[in-house]
Amino acid sequence: MAAPLIEMRDIEKHFGSVIALNGVSFTVNAGEVHCLLGDNGAGKSTFIKTMSGVHKATKGEMFVDGDLVHFVSARDAIDKGIATVYQDLAMIPLMSVTRNFFMGREPTRWVGPLRFVNFSEAHRITKEQMSKIGIDVRDPNQAVGTLSGGERQTVAIARAVYFGAKVLILDEPTSALGVRQTSMVLKYIDMVRKRGLGVVFITHNVRHAMAVGDRFTVLNRGQTLGTATRAEITPEELQDLMAGGKELAVLSETLGGTV
Amino acid sequence: MTADSPADPAASAQEEDERLKDISRLRKALIRPELGAISGAILVFVLFGIIAGDSGMFSAEGILNWSIVSAQFIVIAVGACLLMIAGEFDLSVGSMIGFSGIIIAIFSVHLGWPVWLAIILAFVMAMAIGAFNGYLVIKTKLPSFIVTLAFLFILRGLTIFLAIATTRKTIIGGVRDVAEGDWLAPLFGGKVLTGLFSWFAEQGWISTFTRGSRAGEPIVDGIPMLIVWAIALVIFAHILLTRTKFGNWIFASGGDAQSARYTGVPVDRVKILMFMFTAFCATVFATAQVMEFGSAAADRGLLKEFEAIISVVIGGALLTGGFGSVIGAALGAIIFGVVQQGLFFAGVESSLFRVFLGVILLLAVILNTYIRRMITGER
Repeated sequence: MAAPLIEMRDIEKHFGSVIALNGVSFTVNAGEVHCLLGDNGAGKSTFIKTMSGVHKATKGEMFVDGDLVHFVSARDAIDKGIATVYQDLAMIPLMSVTRNFFMGREPTRWVGPLRFVNFSEAHRITKEQMSKIGIDVRDPNQAVGTLSGGERQTVAIARAVYFGAKVLILDEPTSALGVRQTSMVLKYIDMVRKRGLGVVFITHNVRHAMAVGDRFTVLNRGQTLGTATRAEITPEELQDLMAGGKELAVLSETLGGTV
Repeated sequence: MTADSPADPAASAQEEDERLKDISRLRKALIRPELGAISGAILVFVLFGIIAGDSGMFSAEGILNWSIVSAQFIVIAVGACLLMIAGEFDLSVGSMIGFSGIIIAIFSVHLGWPVWLAIILAFVMAMAIGAFNGYLVIKTKLPSFIVTLAFLFILRGLTIFLAIATTRKTIIGGVRDVAEGDWLAPLFGGKVLTGLFSWFAEQGWISTFTRGSRAGEPIVDGIPMLIVWAIALVIFAHILLTRTKFGNWIFASGGDAQSARYTGVPVDRVKILMFMFTAFCATVFATAQVMEFGSAAADRGLLKEFEAIISVVIGGALLTGGFGSVIGAALGAIIFGVVQQGLFFAGVESSLFRVFLGVILLLAVILNTYIRRMITGER
C-alpha cells in the first residue's frame, strides 16, 4: 500500500509548562475520512494546528507522502496540499463570493505595464464551481454574509479542493449548523472523499462522525485513546471514549439517552 | 443539539429559496457603498445652489475656492479610507501634517538644504513614522486608535519643540523665496493649464483683474497642483482597491485578519503599507500647504485626522474595516468642503458649519448602515 498522505508520529506539543499533546500518532490515507474526536480541551485544535503548520511540534515527526517535513508556517502546509478550513474563519462575510474564493490566489492579467485581477475569469470560475456543489450563486458579487452557514463551509471546502488540496482538515465544520445545513456539508465531505482526497474531520459530535467517517481517533487529555475503523466500533463506544467513560453513561441514562 | 440525516439528498439539492424576494434592477443599481455619499453630495449642491446661487459660489473663482478646500480633504481622506478598510485608524494624520511642514521649512530655510531634498526628506521621515506606527500596532496587538493617539501628541510636541529649538519661532516663513527655481516644489505648489485659463479669459469666459499689477490677467489662472494630486490619488487608490490583488488583500485584512492570514494574505505587510500610504497623503497635504503659504507652522493640520475619518465614514466605509469605497470617501470630502465654503458664501454664521456637518454625518451614516446591511447580509 502507498504511503499515507500524512503521517504524524509521536507528536508532542508543550506550551511552557503545559503539555497540550503528549505523543499523538495519526495517519490519513487518500480517499478516506478520518475523524478526530475529543471533548473540549482534549488537544484537537492544537493537533490540527500542528498538522497545518500553525504550531511547530515540540517533539515528533511528520511525513507527507512518506517524506519527512518540517513546517515553519501555514504557507508551507498549503504548498504541500494540506488545506485547513476553520469553523468561524472560513470566509470573510463582508466580501463577495468571488473575492473570498480567490483570496490570496487572485488570477491576474496584464494591461500594459499594470497587473489587474481578472474578474471576469474569476467570476466565471466561481459560478462554475458553485454550481458544481449545488449552490446557486445568482451574482458572484454578492457578499458571503448573504450565504447560510452551511453554504459558507461548503464554499470554503470547494475553494480548497479547487486549488488542489490533497488533504483537507475540517475544524468542526458542522458544530454551528442546523440540520439541513449539516447534511449539506456532510454530503459534500463524502463527495470530496470519492474524488480521492484525504479528509481529517474534527468534531465532537459522534453522529456526524459516524455519518461519514471511515476511521475514528479519539483524543483525550493530549493522548490518543486509539484508532478504530468503522466496523470495529459503535457510536455508544465512541461517545464513552470521548467523554472519558462512566460519568456520561450514567448521566445519559438520567437524561433518557439524549446526550 | 443538531440531529442529522446525511442521506437525504432532496433536503439540500435545491436551494431555490422561496423566502427570498426578487430585487428590482433599479434597487440593485442603487445599492452601492457610495449611495449615502452620492445622495449627500447632490443634497448639498442643490441646497447651496438655492441659498448661495447668486453669491458667486458657482463662478470660476467660487468653484476654485471650494474645490481647493475639498481637494485638501480628499488628499487625506484617500489615505484614511484605505487604512480604515484595512482595519486600522491613524489619529496622527493632523500632527503628521504639522511635522512634515516644519521639517521642510527647517531644512530648506534654516539649514539651507535644496528644497527638493527637504521635501524628499519629509516624505521619507513621515513614511518611516507611518511604518513604525504600523509596526507597533502589529507587534503589540494594541488598537491602532491608542497607538496613533500617542503619536498625535508625540509628533505635535516634537514639531513645536523642533521649530522653537532651531528658529525660536513656531512659524517658519521664507519658503517661497528658497523654493524659487526648484524642480520639485512646483509639483506641489504650482498650477497647471495656465495657458488654457488665459485663453478662457481672452474669450471672456472667466473674468480678469481690472486693476492693480495683475490687471488683464485671469482671476483664476490655473488649476492648483493640490487638485491634481487629489484627482490622481483618488484614481490610484480606487483602482488599487477594486481592481488589483493587493486591493483584495486590503479588504481581507480589514474584514477578518485571521481568516486572511490562513489563506496566505500577508496581513502585516498590507497594514504597515497602508499606514505608510496615510503618512504619504498627509505629507502631500503638508507640502502643498507649505508651498501655497510660503511658510510652515507647528500648529498646522489640527483636527485633520477627524475630518479625514468623517469624510471616509460619510463615504460609506465601515469603522471596523473590511468595507468601503474611495469614491465614497472623495464625495464625503467634497461634501465637507462645499458645506464649509458654501456657508461662507451664503453669509451664514460660520459656527453653524459644525451643526450642519453633524447633521449630514448622522444622516449619511444612518443611510450607509442600512445600505451595508442590504449588501453584506449583516444583521
